[in-house]
Amino acid sequence: MSVPRFWREIPHKYRLLGSRCRSCGAIYHPRRPTCPRCGSRDMEEVVLSGRGRLLAYTVIRRPPSDLEEFRPYIVGLIELEEGVKVLGQIVDCGPEDLRPGLEVEATLRRIRAHGPSGVIEYGYKFRPALKWEKGSSSQRPS
Amino acid sequence: MKAPPAIVGVGCTKVREHWGKSVLDLAVEACLKALEDAGNPDVDAIYLGNAASELMNEQGNLAALLADALALEGIKAVEVRAGDASGSLALHQASMDVTSGSSRAVLACGVEKMTDVMVQEVERVGMLFEDARTTFHSGVTIPGLCAILTRLYMERYGADYEDIILFAVNDHRNAANNPYAQYPFPIDVKAIMGSPLVADPIRLFDTAGIGDGAAAVVLCEPGDARRMSDAPVAILASEVACSRMSLSERDDLLSIRSLRLAADRALEKARVGLKDVDFFEVHNTTSIMGILALEEMGLAGRGEGWKLVKEGQIAIGADWPVNTMGGLKGRGHPWGATGLYQAVEAVWQLRGEAGKNQVDGAEVGLTHNMCGLGSVSCVHVLARWEVVA
Repeated sequence: MSVPRFWREIPHKYRLLGSRCRSCGAIYHPRRPTCPRCGSRDMEEVVLSGRGRLLAYTVIRRPPSDLEEFRPYIVGLIELEEGVKVLGQIVDCGPEDLRPGLEVEATLRRIRAHGPSGVIEYGYKFRPALKWEKGSSSQRPS
Repeated sequence: MKAPPAIVGVGCTKVREHWGKSVLDLAVEACLKALEDAGNPDVDAIYLGNAASELMNEQGNLAALLADALALEGIKAVEVRAGDASGSLALHQASMDVTSGSSRAVLACGVEKMTDVMVQEVERVGMLFEDARTTFHSGVTIPGLCAILTRLYMERYGADYEDIILFAVNDHRNAANNPYAQYPFPIDVKAIMGSPLVADPIRLFDTAGIGDGAAAVVLCEPGDARRMSDAPVAILASEVACSRMSLSERDDLLSIRSLRLAADRALEKARVGLKDVDFFEVHNTTSIMGILALEEMGLAGRGEGWKLVKEGQIAIGADWPVNTMGGLKGRGHPWGATGLYQAVEAVWQLRGEAGKNQVDGAEVGLTHNMCGLGSVSCVHVLARWEVVA
Protein backbone atom coordinates (compact mmCIF):
# COMPACT_ATOMS: atom_id res chain seq x y z
CA MET A 1 0.00 0.00 0.00
CA SER A 2 1.23 3.49 -0.79
CA VAL A 3 1.95 6.06 1.91
CA PRO A 4 -0.56 8.67 0.57
CA ARG A 5 -3.36 6.24 1.26
CA PHE A 6 -2.58 6.35 4.97
CA TRP A 7 -2.14 10.13 4.98
CA ARG A 8 -5.57 10.44 3.43
CA GLU A 9 -7.11 8.33 6.16
CA ILE A 10 -5.46 10.14 9.09
CA PRO A 11 -8.23 12.71 9.73
CA HIS A 12 -10.92 10.11 10.26
CA LYS A 13 -8.75 7.49 11.91
CA TYR A 14 -7.05 9.65 14.54
CA ARG A 15 -10.33 11.24 15.56
CA LEU A 16 -13.85 9.92 15.28
CA LEU A 17 -15.03 11.91 12.31
CA GLY A 18 -18.62 11.56 11.19
CA SER A 19 -21.13 13.38 9.02
CA ARG A 20 -24.05 15.58 10.03
CA CYS A 21 -26.93 16.29 7.71
CA ARG A 22 -27.39 20.05 7.42
CA SER A 23 -31.01 19.47 6.48
CA CYS A 24 -32.35 17.13 9.18
CA GLY A 25 -29.50 17.01 11.69
CA ALA A 26 -28.95 13.26 11.56
CA ILE A 27 -25.42 12.18 12.46
CA TYR A 28 -23.56 9.26 10.88
CA HIS A 29 -20.36 7.31 11.30
CA PRO A 30 -18.40 6.53 9.18
CA ARG A 31 -18.72 9.68 7.04
CA ARG A 32 -21.15 9.63 4.15
CA PRO A 33 -22.04 11.88 1.21
CA THR A 34 -25.84 11.69 1.51
CA CYS A 35 -28.46 11.38 4.23
CA PRO A 36 -30.46 8.15 4.05
CA ARG A 37 -33.02 9.58 6.49
CA CYS A 38 -34.11 12.65 4.52
CA GLY A 39 -32.33 12.24 1.18
CA SER A 40 -30.29 15.43 1.53
CA ARG A 41 -26.88 15.76 -0.12
CA ASP A 42 -25.88 18.66 2.11
CA MET A 43 -23.60 17.04 4.67
CA GLU A 44 -20.92 18.49 6.93
CA GLU A 45 -18.12 16.83 8.85
CA VAL A 46 -18.52 16.54 12.57
CA VAL A 47 -16.01 15.43 15.19
CA LEU A 48 -17.70 12.94 17.49
CA SER A 49 -17.13 13.02 21.24
CA GLY A 50 -15.77 9.49 21.48
CA ARG A 51 -17.74 9.01 24.70
CA GLY A 52 -20.52 6.50 24.88
CA ARG A 53 -21.89 3.28 26.27
CA LEU A 54 -21.19 -0.30 25.39
CA LEU A 55 -24.16 -2.13 23.86
CA ALA A 56 -22.56 -5.53 23.13
CA TYR A 57 -19.13 -7.00 22.57
CA THR A 58 -17.28 -10.07 21.38
CA VAL A 59 -13.76 -11.45 21.67
CA ILE A 60 -12.12 -12.05 18.31
CA ARG A 61 -10.13 -15.26 18.56
CA ARG A 62 -9.64 -15.84 14.82
CA PRO A 63 -8.41 -12.47 13.53
CA PRO A 64 -7.48 -11.50 9.99
CA SER A 65 -3.82 -11.94 9.08
CA ASP A 66 -2.95 -8.26 9.71
CA LEU A 67 -4.21 -8.28 13.31
CA GLU A 68 -2.68 -11.57 14.42
CA GLU A 69 -0.40 -9.71 16.89
CA PHE A 70 -3.37 -8.53 18.97
CA ARG A 71 -5.14 -11.92 19.27
CA PRO A 72 -7.39 -12.28 21.17
CA TYR A 73 -8.94 -8.80 21.19
CA ILE A 74 -12.30 -7.34 22.13
CA VAL A 75 -14.60 -5.56 19.67
CA GLY A 76 -17.55 -3.63 21.00
CA LEU A 77 -20.65 -2.01 19.59
CA ILE A 78 -20.83 1.41 21.21
CA GLU A 79 -23.57 4.00 21.24
CA LEU A 80 -21.93 7.43 21.37
CA GLU A 81 -23.41 10.40 23.23
CA GLU A 82 -24.49 11.78 19.86
CA GLY A 83 -26.72 8.73 19.36
CA VAL A 84 -24.50 7.15 16.70
CA LYS A 85 -23.46 3.51 16.94
CA VAL A 86 -19.86 2.60 16.14
CA LEU A 87 -17.75 -0.53 16.23
CA GLY A 88 -14.35 -0.41 17.84
CA GLN A 89 -11.77 -2.35 19.76
CA ILE A 90 -11.98 -2.15 23.54
CA VAL A 91 -8.59 -2.02 25.26
CA ASP A 92 -7.03 -1.66 28.73
CA CYS A 93 -9.40 -4.26 30.18
CA GLY A 94 -10.48 -7.87 29.86
CA PRO A 95 -13.87 -9.28 28.86
CA GLU A 96 -14.61 -9.89 32.55
CA ASP A 97 -14.64 -6.09 33.09
CA LEU A 98 -17.30 -5.52 30.45
CA ARG A 99 -21.07 -5.39 30.64
CA PRO A 100 -23.72 -3.72 28.50
CA GLY A 101 -24.13 -0.10 29.56
CA LEU A 102 -20.49 0.39 30.57
CA GLU A 103 -19.19 3.91 29.85
CA VAL A 104 -16.32 3.96 27.36
CA GLU A 105 -14.18 6.65 25.72
CA ALA A 106 -12.01 6.81 22.61
CA THR A 107 -8.23 6.64 22.87
CA LEU A 108 -5.46 6.70 20.23
CA ARG A 109 -3.72 3.37 19.68
CA ARG A 110 -1.68 1.37 17.22
CA ILE A 111 -3.99 -0.32 14.68
CA ARG A 112 -1.68 -2.43 12.54
CA ALA A 113 1.77 -2.54 10.97
CA HIS A 114 2.35 -3.29 7.30
CA GLY A 115 5.33 -5.61 7.56
CA PRO A 116 8.65 -4.94 9.31
CA SER A 117 9.51 -1.87 7.20
CA GLY A 118 6.03 -0.64 6.22
CA VAL A 119 3.68 1.98 7.57
CA ILE A 120 2.43 1.66 11.14
CA GLU A 121 -1.20 2.74 11.31
CA TYR A 122 -2.67 4.47 14.36
CA GLY A 123 -6.26 5.23 15.17
CA TYR A 124 -8.95 5.30 17.80
CA LYS A 125 -9.92 2.39 19.99
CA PHE A 126 -12.05 2.54 23.13
CA ARG A 127 -11.35 1.95 26.80
CA PRO A 128 -13.54 1.94 29.91
CA ALA A 129 -14.09 5.62 30.77
CA LEU A 130 -11.67 7.03 33.32
CA LYS A 131 -13.43 8.55 36.33
CA TRP A 132 -12.64 12.21 37.00
CA GLU A 133 -13.76 13.78 40.26
CA LYS A 134 -15.89 16.86 39.75
CA GLY A 135 -13.94 19.94 40.78
CA SER A 136 -10.63 18.11 41.02
CA SER A 137 -7.52 19.83 39.73
CA SER A 138 -6.95 17.08 37.18
CA GLN A 139 -7.60 18.12 33.62
CA ARG A 140 -9.53 15.79 31.42
CA PRO A 141 -7.31 14.97 28.42
CA SER A 142 -8.78 16.62 25.35
CA MET B 1 -47.63 -12.76 -16.92
CA LYS B 2 -44.75 -13.22 -19.35
CA ALA B 3 -43.54 -16.84 -19.40
CA PRO B 4 -40.50 -17.22 -17.13
CA PRO B 5 -37.06 -18.51 -18.10
CA ALA B 6 -36.41 -22.19 -17.38
CA ILE B 7 -33.57 -24.07 -15.74
CA VAL B 8 -32.89 -27.11 -17.91
CA GLY B 9 -29.54 -28.33 -16.60
CA VAL B 10 -27.71 -28.38 -13.26
CA GLY B 11 -24.32 -29.52 -12.02
CA CYS B 12 -21.96 -29.03 -9.09
CA THR B 13 -18.80 -30.34 -7.49
CA LYS B 14 -18.72 -31.68 -3.96
CA VAL B 15 -17.81 -28.93 -1.52
CA ARG B 16 -14.53 -29.86 0.10
CA GLU B 17 -10.85 -29.00 0.23
CA HIS B 18 -9.99 -29.65 -3.42
CA TRP B 19 -6.22 -29.52 -3.07
CA GLY B 20 -5.65 -30.84 -6.59
CA LYS B 21 -8.05 -28.52 -8.42
CA SER B 22 -7.78 -24.84 -9.32
CA VAL B 23 -10.57 -22.27 -9.33
CA LEU B 24 -10.87 -22.83 -13.10
CA ASP B 25 -10.90 -26.64 -12.79
CA LEU B 26 -13.82 -26.45 -10.38
CA ALA B 27 -15.84 -24.06 -12.55
CA VAL B 28 -15.24 -26.17 -15.66
CA GLU B 29 -16.36 -29.34 -13.85
CA ALA B 30 -19.64 -27.78 -12.69
CA CYS B 31 -20.36 -26.20 -16.09
CA LEU B 32 -19.70 -29.38 -18.06
CA LYS B 33 -22.05 -31.29 -15.75
CA ALA B 34 -24.76 -28.66 -16.18
CA LEU B 35 -24.33 -28.55 -19.96
CA GLU B 36 -24.42 -32.36 -20.13
CA ASP B 37 -27.56 -32.39 -17.99
CA ALA B 38 -29.20 -29.95 -20.43
CA GLY B 39 -28.26 -32.04 -23.47
CA ASN B 40 -25.29 -29.86 -24.44
CA PRO B 41 -27.13 -26.92 -25.98
CA ASP B 42 -25.36 -23.95 -27.59
CA VAL B 43 -25.20 -21.13 -25.06
CA ASP B 44 -25.05 -17.44 -25.90
CA ALA B 45 -23.58 -16.22 -22.62
CA ILE B 46 -21.89 -17.15 -19.36
CA TYR B 47 -22.47 -15.29 -16.12
CA LEU B 48 -19.83 -16.17 -13.56
CA GLY B 49 -20.19 -15.38 -9.87
CA ASN B 50 -17.03 -15.26 -7.76
CA ALA B 51 -16.13 -13.28 -4.65
CA ALA B 52 -12.36 -13.01 -4.54
CA SER B 53 -10.27 -15.00 -7.02
CA GLU B 54 -7.75 -12.15 -7.41
CA LEU B 55 -7.10 -12.13 -3.68
CA MET B 56 -7.20 -15.87 -3.03
CA ASN B 57 -6.12 -17.54 -6.29
CA GLU B 58 -4.04 -14.92 -8.16
CA GLN B 59 -6.41 -15.08 -11.09
CA GLY B 60 -8.76 -12.41 -12.44
CA ASN B 61 -11.06 -12.13 -15.46
CA LEU B 62 -12.62 -15.48 -14.64
CA ALA B 63 -15.62 -15.36 -16.96
CA ALA B 64 -13.53 -15.08 -20.13
CA LEU B 65 -11.09 -17.65 -18.78
CA LEU B 66 -13.96 -20.07 -18.19
CA ALA B 67 -15.55 -19.44 -21.59
CA ASP B 68 -12.21 -20.10 -23.26
CA ALA B 69 -11.67 -23.31 -21.27
CA LEU B 70 -15.12 -24.48 -22.42
CA ALA B 71 -14.21 -23.65 -26.04
CA LEU B 72 -17.00 -21.09 -26.25
CA GLU B 73 -15.19 -18.36 -28.18
CA GLY B 74 -17.43 -15.52 -29.21
CA ILE B 75 -20.07 -15.79 -26.50
CA LYS B 76 -20.82 -13.05 -23.99
CA ALA B 77 -18.80 -13.72 -20.82
CA VAL B 78 -19.61 -11.59 -17.79
CA GLU B 79 -18.29 -11.78 -14.25
CA VAL B 80 -20.65 -10.76 -11.46
CA ARG B 81 -19.35 -9.81 -8.05
CA ALA B 82 -20.93 -9.04 -4.68
CA GLY B 83 -19.02 -11.04 -2.06
CA ASP B 84 -20.81 -14.20 -1.03
CA ALA B 85 -23.94 -13.13 -2.95
CA SER B 86 -22.04 -13.32 -6.26
CA GLY B 87 -23.54 -16.68 -7.26
CA SER B 88 -27.18 -15.69 -6.97
CA LEU B 89 -26.42 -12.39 -8.68
CA ALA B 90 -24.92 -14.32 -11.60
CA LEU B 91 -28.16 -16.31 -11.76
CA HIS B 92 -30.11 -13.05 -11.60
CA GLN B 93 -28.16 -11.55 -14.50
CA ALA B 94 -28.51 -14.75 -16.50
CA SER B 95 -32.23 -14.76 -15.85
CA MET B 96 -32.54 -11.11 -16.93
CA ASP B 97 -30.56 -11.86 -20.09
CA VAL B 98 -32.96 -14.62 -21.14
CA THR B 99 -36.03 -12.64 -20.08
CA SER B 100 -34.89 -9.64 -22.15
CA GLY B 101 -34.66 -11.81 -25.23
CA SER B 102 -30.99 -11.02 -25.69
CA SER B 103 -29.94 -14.65 -25.23
CA ARG B 104 -31.78 -17.91 -25.83
CA ALA B 105 -29.65 -20.18 -23.61
CA VAL B 106 -27.27 -19.06 -20.90
CA LEU B 107 -24.90 -20.66 -18.42
CA ALA B 108 -24.77 -19.31 -14.85
CA CYS B 109 -21.88 -20.52 -12.71
CA GLY B 110 -20.63 -19.74 -9.21
CA VAL B 111 -17.19 -20.75 -8.00
CA GLU B 112 -14.94 -20.16 -5.02
CA LYS B 113 -11.58 -21.70 -4.23
CA MET B 114 -10.85 -20.74 -0.62
CA THR B 115 -8.15 -23.19 0.43
CA ASP B 116 -5.38 -21.56 -1.63
CA VAL B 117 -4.87 -19.18 1.30
CA MET B 118 -4.63 -19.59 5.09
CA VAL B 119 -7.66 -19.16 7.32
CA GLN B 120 -6.45 -15.73 8.59
CA GLU B 121 -6.39 -14.54 4.99
CA VAL B 122 -9.90 -15.87 4.35
CA GLU B 123 -11.04 -13.94 7.41
CA ARG B 124 -9.35 -10.79 6.05
CA VAL B 125 -10.94 -11.10 2.60
CA GLY B 126 -14.37 -11.65 4.18
CA MET B 127 -14.03 -8.29 5.95
CA LEU B 128 -13.77 -6.59 2.56
CA PHE B 129 -17.41 -7.47 1.85
CA GLU B 130 -18.48 -5.05 4.57
CA ASP B 131 -17.48 -1.37 4.74
CA ALA B 132 -13.74 -1.93 5.18
CA ARG B 133 -13.30 1.47 6.85
CA THR B 134 -15.20 -0.04 9.77
CA THR B 135 -14.16 -3.69 9.68
CA PHE B 136 -10.42 -3.13 9.34
CA HIS B 137 -10.27 -0.30 11.81
CA SER B 138 -12.17 -2.18 14.48
CA GLY B 139 -10.80 -5.60 13.55
CA VAL B 140 -14.29 -7.06 13.53
CA THR B 141 -14.58 -10.18 11.39
CA ILE B 142 -17.75 -11.60 9.84
CA PRO B 143 -18.11 -14.15 12.67
CA GLY B 144 -17.40 -11.21 15.03
CA LEU B 145 -20.33 -9.25 13.62
CA CYS B 146 -22.50 -12.36 13.91
CA ALA B 147 -21.35 -12.69 17.53
CA ILE B 148 -22.50 -9.16 18.35
CA LEU B 149 -25.86 -9.87 16.71
CA THR B 150 -26.15 -13.13 18.65
CA ARG B 151 -25.55 -11.30 21.95
CA LEU B 152 -28.08 -8.59 21.08
CA TYR B 153 -30.62 -11.25 20.10
CA MET B 154 -30.08 -13.29 23.26
CA GLU B 155 -30.46 -10.21 25.43
CA ARG B 156 -33.54 -8.86 23.66
CA TYR B 157 -35.45 -12.11 23.25
CA GLY B 158 -34.20 -14.31 26.07
CA ALA B 159 -32.87 -17.09 23.84
CA ASP B 160 -29.89 -19.21 24.91
CA TYR B 161 -26.97 -19.80 22.55
CA GLU B 162 -27.76 -23.53 22.80
CA ASP B 163 -31.21 -22.75 21.35
CA ILE B 164 -29.84 -20.65 18.50
CA ILE B 165 -27.35 -23.26 17.28
CA LEU B 166 -30.15 -25.78 16.71
CA PHE B 167 -30.24 -24.11 13.30
CA ALA B 168 -26.81 -25.61 12.54
CA VAL B 169 -27.98 -28.98 13.87
CA ASN B 170 -30.84 -28.92 11.33
CA ASP B 171 -28.36 -28.12 8.54
CA HIS B 172 -26.16 -31.07 9.42
CA ARG B 173 -29.08 -33.48 9.69
CA ASN B 174 -29.98 -32.61 6.10
CA ALA B 175 -26.39 -32.55 4.84
CA ALA B 176 -25.98 -36.16 5.98
CA ASN B 177 -27.97 -37.26 2.90
CA ASN B 178 -26.30 -34.91 0.41
CA PRO B 179 -23.31 -36.54 -1.31
CA TYR B 180 -22.10 -33.09 -2.44
CA ALA B 181 -22.06 -31.65 1.11
CA GLN B 182 -18.80 -30.66 2.79
CA TYR B 183 -19.95 -32.06 6.15
CA PRO B 184 -22.33 -34.95 5.38
CA PHE B 185 -22.93 -36.06 8.97
CA PRO B 186 -25.13 -35.05 11.89
CA ILE B 187 -23.80 -33.06 14.83
CA ASP B 188 -25.48 -32.15 18.11
CA VAL B 189 -25.49 -29.16 20.43
CA LYS B 190 -22.85 -30.78 22.64
CA ALA B 191 -20.44 -31.09 19.70
CA ILE B 192 -20.92 -27.42 18.77
CA MET B 193 -20.46 -26.27 22.38
CA GLY B 194 -17.31 -28.38 22.59
CA SER B 195 -15.72 -26.73 19.55
CA PRO B 196 -13.36 -23.73 19.96
CA LEU B 197 -14.66 -20.18 20.35
CA VAL B 198 -14.18 -18.09 17.20
CA ALA B 199 -15.83 -14.87 18.43
CA ASP B 200 -17.65 -15.20 21.76
CA PRO B 201 -20.24 -16.70 21.98
CA ILE B 202 -19.87 -18.11 18.44
CA ARG B 203 -18.11 -21.44 18.19
CA LEU B 204 -16.29 -22.95 15.24
CA PHE B 205 -18.96 -25.58 14.48
CA ASP B 206 -21.57 -22.82 14.31
CA THR B 207 -19.77 -21.10 11.42
CA ALA B 208 -19.94 -22.07 7.76
CA GLY B 209 -16.70 -23.85 6.95
CA ILE B 210 -14.00 -22.88 4.49
CA GLY B 211 -14.19 -24.97 1.34
CA ASP B 212 -13.89 -25.10 -2.43
CA GLY B 213 -16.73 -25.67 -4.85
CA ALA B 214 -18.56 -24.71 -8.00
CA ALA B 215 -22.17 -25.01 -9.11
CA ALA B 216 -23.80 -24.18 -12.42
CA VAL B 217 -27.18 -24.12 -14.14
CA VAL B 218 -28.26 -23.80 -17.77
CA LEU B 219 -31.15 -21.42 -18.45
CA CYS B 220 -33.21 -21.19 -21.60
CA GLU B 221 -36.14 -19.21 -22.87
CA PRO B 222 -39.56 -20.62 -22.03
CA GLY B 223 -40.30 -21.80 -25.58
CA ASP B 224 -37.32 -24.18 -25.49
CA ALA B 225 -37.90 -25.55 -21.98
CA ARG B 226 -39.83 -28.69 -22.90
CA ARG B 227 -37.53 -29.51 -25.78
CA MET B 228 -34.39 -29.27 -23.65
CA SER B 229 -35.58 -30.98 -20.48
CA ASP B 230 -38.12 -33.54 -19.28
CA ALA B 231 -38.46 -31.61 -16.04
CA PRO B 232 -37.73 -27.91 -16.56
CA VAL B 233 -37.85 -25.61 -13.56
CA ALA B 234 -39.33 -22.12 -13.86
CA ILE B 235 -37.63 -19.04 -12.42
CA LEU B 236 -40.80 -17.34 -11.22
CA ALA B 237 -38.90 -14.44 -9.69
CA SER B 238 -35.35 -13.18 -9.32
CA GLU B 239 -35.04 -10.11 -7.12
CA VAL B 240 -32.10 -8.20 -5.67
CA ALA B 241 -32.10 -5.49 -3.02
CA CYS B 242 -29.35 -3.67 -1.16
CA SER B 243 -29.45 -2.22 2.31
CA ARG B 244 -27.35 -0.10 4.68
CA MET B 245 -23.75 -1.21 4.42
CA SER B 246 -22.66 -0.63 8.00
CA LEU B 247 -24.40 -2.92 10.43
CA SER B 248 -24.03 -0.29 13.16
CA GLU B 249 -25.98 2.21 11.06
CA ARG B 250 -29.09 0.11 10.64
CA ASP B 251 -32.20 1.26 12.48
CA ASP B 252 -32.59 -2.23 13.90
CA LEU B 253 -29.45 -4.35 13.88
CA LEU B 254 -31.56 -7.51 14.15
CA SER B 255 -33.37 -6.85 10.88
CA ILE B 256 -32.04 -7.86 7.45
CA ARG B 257 -33.88 -5.23 5.44
CA SER B 258 -32.40 -6.21 2.08
CA LEU B 259 -33.92 -9.67 2.52
CA ARG B 260 -37.33 -8.31 3.39
CA LEU B 261 -37.33 -6.06 0.32
CA ALA B 262 -36.08 -8.74 -2.07
CA ALA B 263 -38.38 -11.45 -0.68
CA ASP B 264 -41.48 -9.25 -0.75
CA ARG B 265 -40.80 -8.24 -4.35
CA ALA B 266 -40.02 -11.81 -5.38
CA LEU B 267 -43.17 -13.29 -3.87
CA GLU B 268 -45.26 -10.54 -5.42
CA LYS B 269 -43.75 -11.04 -8.88
CA ALA B 270 -44.05 -14.82 -8.58
CA ARG B 271 -47.64 -14.39 -7.41
CA VAL B 272 -47.19 -16.89 -4.63
CA GLY B 273 -47.76 -16.52 -0.92
CA LEU B 274 -45.34 -17.66 1.75
CA LYS B 275 -47.68 -20.58 2.49
CA ASP B 276 -47.32 -21.78 -1.12
CA VAL B 277 -43.56 -22.19 -0.73
CA ASP B 278 -42.70 -25.83 -0.03
CA PHE B 279 -39.08 -25.32 1.06
CA PHE B 280 -36.57 -22.55 1.73
CA GLU B 281 -32.82 -22.29 1.23
CA VAL B 282 -31.50 -19.46 3.42
CA HIS B 283 -28.13 -17.81 3.93
CA ASN B 284 -26.79 -18.87 7.33
CA THR B 285 -23.12 -17.92 7.67
CA THR B 286 -23.84 -18.61 11.34
CA SER B 287 -27.02 -19.80 13.07
CA ILE B 288 -28.11 -16.30 14.07
CA MET B 289 -28.25 -15.20 10.43
CA GLY B 290 -30.45 -18.18 9.58
CA ILE B 291 -32.81 -17.37 12.44
CA LEU B 292 -32.98 -13.68 11.49
CA ALA B 293 -33.73 -14.75 7.90
CA LEU B 294 -36.70 -16.86 9.07
CA GLU B 295 -38.04 -13.86 10.97
CA GLU B 296 -37.38 -11.39 8.16
CA MET B 297 -39.30 -13.49 5.64
CA GLY B 298 -42.18 -13.84 8.08
CA LEU B 299 -41.94 -17.57 8.83
CA ALA B 300 -41.76 -16.49 12.47
CA GLY B 301 -42.41 -13.26 14.34
CA ARG B 302 -39.57 -11.09 15.66
CA GLY B 303 -37.77 -12.95 18.41
CA GLU B 304 -39.65 -16.16 17.61
CA GLY B 305 -37.35 -17.67 14.98
CA TRP B 306 -35.35 -19.72 17.48
CA LYS B 307 -38.60 -21.24 18.79
CA LEU B 308 -39.59 -22.31 15.27
CA VAL B 309 -36.27 -24.14 15.04
CA LYS B 310 -36.50 -25.61 18.53
CA GLU B 311 -40.00 -26.94 17.86
CA GLY B 312 -38.68 -28.80 14.83
CA GLN B 313 -40.75 -26.78 12.37
CA ILE B 314 -37.90 -26.25 9.88
CA ALA B 315 -37.18 -29.98 9.48
CA ILE B 316 -38.04 -31.87 6.30
CA GLY B 317 -41.59 -33.11 6.74
CA ALA B 318 -42.52 -30.18 9.00
CA ASP B 319 -44.30 -26.93 8.04
CA TRP B 320 -41.30 -24.97 6.79
CA PRO B 321 -38.46 -27.19 5.53
CA VAL B 322 -35.29 -25.07 5.57
CA ASN B 323 -31.87 -25.79 4.02
CA THR B 324 -33.02 -29.18 2.79
CA MET B 325 -29.61 -30.23 1.42
CA GLY B 326 -27.53 -28.88 4.29
CA GLY B 327 -27.42 -25.10 3.95
CA LEU B 328 -24.28 -23.05 4.37
CA LYS B 329 -23.28 -24.93 7.50
CA GLY B 330 -23.75 -28.50 6.30
CA ARG B 331 -23.33 -28.36 2.53
CA GLY B 332 -20.65 -25.72 2.88
CA HIS B 333 -20.22 -22.08 1.86
CA PRO B 334 -17.76 -21.50 -0.98
CA TRP B 335 -18.71 -17.82 -1.14
CA GLY B 336 -19.40 -17.06 -4.80
CA ALA B 337 -20.74 -20.56 -5.45
CA THR B 338 -23.33 -20.69 -2.65
CA GLY B 339 -26.15 -18.97 -4.53
CA LEU B 340 -25.86 -21.48 -7.35
CA TYR B 341 -25.64 -24.46 -5.00
CA GLN B 342 -28.95 -23.27 -3.62
CA ALA B 343 -30.40 -23.17 -7.15
CA VAL B 344 -29.06 -26.62 -8.01
CA GLU B 345 -30.50 -28.07 -4.80
CA ALA B 346 -33.85 -26.40 -5.38
CA VAL B 347 -33.95 -27.94 -8.85
CA TRP B 348 -33.26 -31.39 -7.35
CA GLN B 349 -36.21 -30.87 -4.98
CA LEU B 350 -38.52 -29.67 -7.76
CA ARG B 351 -37.55 -32.54 -10.06
CA GLY B 352 -38.08 -35.05 -7.25
CA GLU B 353 -34.37 -35.97 -7.26
CA ALA B 354 -33.53 -35.04 -3.66
CA GLY B 355 -33.34 -38.65 -2.45
CA LYS B 356 -33.88 -39.17 1.26
CA ASN B 357 -34.31 -35.40 1.69
CA GLN B 358 -37.11 -35.11 -0.84
CA VAL B 359 -39.83 -32.71 0.30
CA ASP B 360 -43.03 -34.52 -0.65
CA GLY B 361 -44.84 -32.90 -3.55
CA ALA B 362 -42.46 -29.93 -3.69
CA GLU B 363 -43.74 -27.49 -6.31
CA VAL B 364 -42.33 -24.12 -5.22
CA GLY B 365 -39.02 -23.29 -3.52
CA LEU B 366 -37.42 -20.04 -2.36
CA THR B 367 -33.70 -19.35 -2.14
CA HIS B 368 -32.02 -16.50 -0.25
CA ASN B 369 -28.36 -15.62 -0.75
CA MET B 370 -26.73 -12.48 0.60
CA CYS B 371 -23.48 -10.62 0.91
CA GLY B 372 -21.92 -10.40 4.35
CA LEU B 373 -24.50 -9.35 6.91
CA GLY B 374 -27.09 -8.38 4.32
CA SER B 375 -25.71 -5.42 2.35
CA VAL B 376 -27.13 -7.24 -0.70
CA SER B 377 -29.82 -9.92 -0.72
CA CYS B 378 -30.91 -11.95 -3.70
CA VAL B 379 -34.11 -14.01 -3.62
CA HIS B 380 -35.24 -16.51 -6.23
CA VAL B 381 -38.59 -18.25 -6.43
CA LEU B 382 -38.37 -21.46 -8.44
CA ALA B 383 -41.23 -23.78 -9.40
CA ARG B 384 -42.00 -26.95 -11.29
CA TRP B 385 -42.78 -26.11 -14.90
CA GLU B 386 -46.30 -27.56 -14.51
CA VAL B 387 -47.10 -24.79 -12.03
CA VAL B 388 -46.80 -22.17 -14.78
CA ALA B 389 -47.61 -24.18 -17.90
